[in-house]
Amino acid sequence: MKIYLARRLLQSLLVLLGVSFVVFFILHLTGDPALVLLPPDATAEEILRFREAMGFTDPFLVQYGRFLAGALRGDFGQSLRHGEPAFGLVVERMPATFELSGAALLLALGLAIPTGIVSAVRRNTVIDYVSTVGALLGQSMPTFWLGIMLILIFSVQLSLLPSSGRGTPQHLILPSITLGLFTTARIMRLTRSGMLEVLDQDYIRTARAKGVADPPIVWKHALKNAAIPIVTIVGIELGTLLGGAVITETIFAWPGVGRLSVQAIYNRDYPVVQAAVFLLASTFVLVNLVVDVVYTYLDPRIRLR
Amino acid sequence: MNRTVEAATLPEADRSPALREWVAFARRLARRRTALFGLIVVALVIVTALTAAWLSPFDPTEQDIGNRLKPPGWRDTAGQLHPLGTDHLGRDLLARVLFGTQPALMVGFAAVLISGMLGMMAGLLSGYFGGRIDDVLMRLADVQLAFPFVLLAIAVIGLLGPSLSVIIVVIGVSSWVVYARVVRGAVLSLREREFVQAAHALGSRDGRVLVRHILPNVFTPWLVVATLDMARVIVIESALSFLGLGVQPPNPTWGAMLADGRVYISTAWWLATFPGLAILVTVLGINLFGDGLRDTLDPRLQV
Repeated sequence: MKIYLARRLLQSLLVLLGVSFVVFFILHLTGDPALVLLPPDATAEEILRFREAMGFTDPFLVQYGRFLAGALRGDFGQSLRHGEPAFGLVVERMPATFELSGAALLLALGLAIPTGIVSAVRRNTVIDYVSTVGALLGQSMPTFWLGIMLILIFSVQLSLLPSSGRGTPQHLILPSITLGLFTTARIMRLTRSGMLEVLDQDYIRTARAKGVADPPIVWKHALKNAAIPIVTIVGIELGTLLGGAVITETIFAWPGVGRLSVQAIYNRDYPVVQAAVFLLASTFVLVNLVVDVVYTYLDPRIRLR
Repeated sequence: MNRTVEAATLPEADRSPALREWVAFARRLARRRTALFGLIVVALVIVTALTAAWLSPFDPTEQDIGNRLKPPGWRDTAGQLHPLGTDHLGRDLLARVLFGTQPALMVGFAAVLISGMLGMMAGLLSGYFGGRIDDVLMRLADVQLAFPFVLLAIAVIGLLGPSLSVIIVVIGVSSWVVYARVVRGAVLSLREREFVQAAHALGSRDGRVLVRHILPNVFTPWLVVATLDMARVIVIESALSFLGLGVQPPNPTWGAMLADGRVYISTAWWLATFPGLAILVTVLGINLFGDGLRDTLDPRLQV
């Protein structure tokens, strides 16, 4: 168990190291980071001086080492547009993104797990068909279109809910539905197939034969085992949510990291982009580490390895 | 009843075993109505993309500012019907939706091909050789998965400048992980099978075993992943176009049309509605077909 956790921790650190390298490399994609960071009207002399000052003439690995040392201290350089440290700008926006992704995840779990269970238990009934078709539609619908349609219906036509901004709980409704629908569909389908598989097992049949009533079979015996794949996917889905937040935040003018980074990309404010990508990816890695630890408690077979 | 009679009277013996297998597979697939429906939708979208120039009543880039934002069903002075209305520059919306199939499918096919081949190679090497190669490739996969995909893609495209080839390469290079994991899993179990051991015993080299014996057997799960991934790629392509980082105007893309439609959401609902429906129908068709393909070929596959 301890060895497993230690190995898992080491893996996460390795992944973070890889992440930092990719983030560092983004700036070097065009070949000359000085041209990316300076305004387009910079003179040749300015470019040369900037290159010297930033150390872009040093060997590649030296530059990476410097970047990594900075990143560990939370130093990604100054935002070119706001003149503030890029790291602070991103951290400031993190709560908004967490709020939105968290709400979307809660919505997805709250909706998907009960529907998935009912769908599996009442297999091939109308309820099952409706929720399966619903999940299929949810998986096929592009997030940004869903967002626009929700705005069209609830903000423009019915004037019920705000279409942009953050603050009141009402502001959270449309963005979290938009962001959460795809994940809801995924988790619902997974819950359904997981439950179907478990309900077919011998130990369920044994419980039934022993005269255990239906509800405890579903909730105690079956769900506990069907929950294992669901827990794994929650970690992965959080990545989908953090990535999807980029688009949802843009549509609803939600002041989170996603919107900040899209604006930063338009402004070619790459220190901010680097900080945002690094922080979101690190969040994902950390959450998945936590999920894996939780997982070992749910599934003792892993603890024994 | 009919089916068994038909099967019995067909001259099965004339066909090669491989062909016979495919025919049996096609029959099983056709029996799943949702999969068949998906296949028909996908076929229609492909035909539309190929014949858009001939199908479409109007030029998708021809502007007519005097007749902008006309509602669906509007007839122009020449008496020609615009079934889906016109956009903010007076361009026919139906023509743009029809032509929008082209970039969507082009990016879809090309990106899936790139990521599918990369993932296949990674999965084969990782599963077959194991050890150090496996460790390195799987950690790379973790790194890849850690990134919020859309954010990384727009960061790179924003730097390199949006063009069809940049979009294809960025999506293609960063989507290999699912393929690699599925192929790797299949190879791990194939490696221990008798026919592979037999090939080794007969003196086949690793390369030959991989290509002749393992590759054909991992093709099916790979195909299922590729089909379902195509749906994802099409959504991503339209998301990039939506953010202004896709194929550049005036060429019609569904994502860019949606972005325009968003601006006119309170006055012209059709602008955002129809391109979105086009994406939904296409992606739904691919998903239905992919699900059917998986259930027919490899029901235990978790994708």
